[in-house]
Amino acid sequence: MSEQILILFIFVLAVFVGFEVISKVPSLLHTPLMSGTNGIHGIILLGGMLVLAKADNSLVQALGFVAVIFGSANVFGGFMVTDRMLQMFKKKK
Amino acid sequence: MNSTLAFIFIGVAVLFILGMKFLSSPKTARNGNLIAALGMLIAFFATLPLLHFAPHHAKLNVILMVAGIVVGLILGAIGAYSVKMTAMPQMVAAFNGLGGGAAALVASLEFLRGAQTGSIAVIETLPMLFAMLIGSLSFSGSIIAFLKLEGKFEKPYTFPGINILNGLILLTMLGLAGYLIFGQASNSTAFIVMFALALIFGVAMVMPIGGADMPVVISLLNSFTGLAVAGDGFVIHNLSMIVAGTLVGSSGTLLTLLMCRAMNRPITNVLFGAFGSGSGGGEASAEGVTGTVKPIQADEAALLLSYAQRVVIVPGYGMAVAQAQHQVRELSDELGKHGVEVQFAIHPVAGRMPGHMNVLLAEANVPYDQLQEMDAINPSMDRVGVCLVIGANDVVNPAAREQKSSPIYGMPIIEADRAKIVIVMKRSMATGFAGIQNHLFYRDNTRMLFGDAKASLNALIAAVKAS
Repeated sequence: MSEQILILFIFVLAVFVGFEVISKVPSLLHTPLMSGTNGIHGIILLGGMLVLAKADNSLVQALGFVAVIFGSANVFGGFMVTDRMLQMFKKKK
Repeated sequence: MNSTLAFIFIGVAVLFILGMKFLSSPKTARNGNLIAALGMLIAFFATLPLLHFAPHHAKLNVILMVAGIVVGLILGAIGAYSVKMTAMPQMVAAFNGLGGGAAALVASLEFLRGAQTGSIAVIETLPMLFAMLIGSLSFSGSIIAFLKLEGKFEKPYTFPGINILNGLILLTMLGLAGYLIFGQASNSTAFIVMFALALIFGVAMVMPIGGADMPVVISLLNSFTGLAVAGDGFVIHNLSMIVAGTLVGSSGTLLTLLMCRAMNRPITNVLFGAFGSGSGGGEASAEGVTGTVKPIQADEAALLLSYAQRVVIVPGYGMAVAQAQHQVRELSDELGKHGVEVQFAIHPVAGRMPGHMNVLLAEANVPYDQLQEMDAINPSMDRVGVCLVIGANDVVNPAAREQKSSPIYGMPIIEADRAKIVIVMKRSMATGFAGIQNHLFYRDNTRMLFGDAKASLNALIAAVKAS
């Protein structure tokens, strides 16, 4: 089996896991869940870093730099804002 | 990829999945978020050995990388910790847009690099174009969603034939994609045109959608960004990006559909229906309305509230606009001292984001076991002494249950009208997002408490304290 097919296999399984894992989420947590997954796709920061590392002219360097800023703001902001929201959810003392 | 790294990325995937699982329950949610963040940290360090620096440019590239991460960290932290809880939807839209933009840039840079060195394999072009297209659409769409939530051009902007225009843009992009995949794979002009069209398409897609439908739009764009990230993962052969992006893409799609189901509107209606533009719904609105509007003063309302056994509060977007969540909690505490049982009934799409009300009330220290979901509260609405509606409109409109011609007919609502007395706090008689009259306001058991929600609540609190 080629590597591409294996990767496709992982992709298909991940689709089902994504569906399954949040299927019972109460609407109470819709906003934090959206915000938390928003942080997870901030993994694009790694993509930006990989591309910027290879950059060998100033155009790619400039755009790669922007991609790293965007990705970094996405990942840090996403997790921080979710944490700030969730620390307010308390049970009655 | 060597096998050590592969094992690490499996661990990262497990952490992401566990994190999302924990995020689905109030007890574990905060830890869930931290677990996902830990996964991200591990993925970050595991990726460092994979960085191949271009010769002669290594030093500058490292500096740019570190500087970029620091700038992003500062921007993200400022945004995350300075944003008001009521502006949370905008913030999520903004972070999502940045992620989409980054995904589009990564795909584009990979394409341009490939185009310079010669041809790109078809199997690479496909995910590249996909990530660029979906990512830039998510970028520009999120900006529009952000502006709409900030109150700029909130109304749906539409004109006859907008769907045809959007269809044409889409077809052109698909045509260009076909040309790049099966024809001239290294034509960067075609690629750049496609990029520009995708940005325009994102704007054109979100502009016709009304401000109150933005929750659905943000959720959809969130899953788009996830898919774009997964596409980039295919392009640069990074397993953790594929898994993380796909998880976000599929869970976000499900979340979007759950939200649409809560409104009983198919997703196509949300995206292309230009709902709430006032056309069509306007004429049907007046019919079926009987009775008169009966205003009430704060003193009398306070008496009704403090002598009720059970009070249910239904908050809506008006509470968020007035920033009145702390007053709402104070009123609830005061009523509690009078021995009144107070509960909050939360409609799944109240506010501008799913769970928007829950977040605001949590900020005001309302314990979450006092918050009831629509399906949990409706069966006992007959036994509610006073139902206090604060800035909610369409989600309590009985027309959804009774009037077949109403545009919101069939949408599940909180059945406030079945309470013994309903007190509606509202600024004026203006219609809600759907642009239709609310039959509830004319019911015999309804009293209207006009005025700014915050001021009215303060008057109520003072009156309850005095009684």
